[in-house]
Amino acid sequence: MTTALYDIPGPRTRQRHRLYGLLSTALILALLGGVVYLLFSTGQFTAAKWTPFTYKGIQELLLRGLGNTLKAFALAAVLSLALGGVLATGRLSEHRIARWVSTVLVEFFRAMPVLVMIFFIYVALQAEPLIALVAGLTLYNGSVLAEVFRSGVHSVDRGQREAAYALGMRKTQVMTHVLVPQAVRAMLPAIISQLVVALKDTSLGYLITYEEFLHAGKLIASNLDYDLPFIPVVMIISPIYIGMCMLLSWLAHWVSQRQRRNPKVEAVEVAAPEPGTLLPGGHRPPA
Amino acid sequence: MNVLLDNLSLYGKGLLGTVELTVFASLLALVLGFLMAAFRVAPVGSLRAFGTAWVTVLRNTPLTLLFFAVVLGLPRFGLVLPFNLFAILALGCYTSAFICEAVRSGINTVPVGQGEAARSLGMTFPQTLGGIVLPQAFRSVIPPIGSTLIALAKNSAIAGAFSVTELLGVYKPLSELGYSIIWTFVWIAVGYLIVTLTISALFNVLEKRYGVAR
Repeated sequence: MTTALYDIPGPRTRQRHRLYGLLSTALILALLGGVVYLLFSTGQFTAAKWTPFTYKGIQELLLRGLGNTLKAFALAAVLSLALGGVLATGRLSEHRIARWVSTVLVEFFRAMPVLVMIFFIYVALQAEPLIALVAGLTLYNGSVLAEVFRSGVHSVDRGQREAAYALGMRKTQVMTHVLVPQAVRAMLPAIISQLVVALKDTSLGYLITYEEFLHAGKLIASNLDYDLPFIPVVMIISPIYIGMCMLLSWLAHWVSQRQRRNPKVEAVEVAAPEPGTLLPGGHRPPA
Repeated sequence: MNVLLDNLSLYGKGLLGTVELTVFASLLALVLGFLMAAFRVAPVGSLRAFGTAWVTVLRNTPLTLLFFAVVLGLPRFGLVLPFNLFAILALGCYTSAFICEAVRSGINTVPVGQGEAARSLGMTFPQTLGGIVLPQAFRSVIPPIGSTLIALAKNSAIAGAFSVTELLGVYKPLSELGYSIIWTFVWIAVGYLIVTLTISALFNVLEKRYGVAR
């Protein structure tokens, strides 16, 4: 790795860095060791706390929770993509009223905490937990996605739009055939990253008693028969949650890496004309 | 309208709780975020790995899960603190990962020549980073840090569900008192707007004063 921040180390510096590395590794390991010791000394690895996870009922409870989480995520993702499309269309519209209304909606829902919206729908409108969760996530993520779509369409080179109009396309045709396909390509990583946010926020359903993954964990953790296995539950749930989100983040990263290498996205490099070459039009470039 | 006037002190307490959470968690997040960004560009491999792990794990953790683990989990190790201290800890650590990424991309915007010039003057890594690169990076990271802190203020609503005094929690006693739920929420929304708009105004001022001239 080359960086401008420090020189490529010489033998003495390398030795010094190795010392620092050893010291910091030791410190980090000591911290981790301390945590593990704390886990053992407070009796988190007793059989009573871990055997429940071998029971079929408990496993099914956890799986059902995970299924509910994924269901909420899938619904919220699809609906917020749709809402984002609608709001972005509104913001890019030529009609002032549509533009005005969707701008107000987007700005309002982006400024509100998601949880306030979810609680509002759950408490004030008395909706089912799933509906409240999905609606809250959709309103928030849809508004953010609308901005992503809009900036994507704006990021397409101006010449593309002008060329399409010059070919006699209508504004809808320009949008659907020329601008949107290119915008979606450019915005795909940002869209997937926003979906990671939606996946993370499905855990808010726990707070309105939607029976999702965290809720299932809480049920197990507060069971006296199993000696309140709170820490084991956290140790099982968090890797699964983090793993799912990481997988999706990694997908976003992969897509953006792939696009960086894709010749269709990159501008083709044009070699500078040399004095000998004939330019279109038949005249020679000035030497 | 009555809801607000009758319960001004309740709303005030809630707003104060949200502001307090936001301010302290922001300070923690900024300190940790800058530290982790320094780790992530450090010449020592294990520090880099630690910084990367910190950011990757925290960025992919649902905040509710983090609250769940910190607020309900840490007391089981005999660590008993007031709830809002736990909330500040959870919010601050979570946001520090995003601050770290903002700072790191800010470091990347500083022209390479600056670091090279500092090195050629014989500056060490901490001197180069602290004296030359970070002050310049700071100018370009003001807007992203601003939006991260606004997200933090909005995320502080989750703390309310874990029995910390804050703005969203206000709805519970009020709905028990029989006030109109819709208006209760309208004033809660206004409270959050006040907090987020204040942060964004503050960062606009900072951006005008210190930001990169364009």
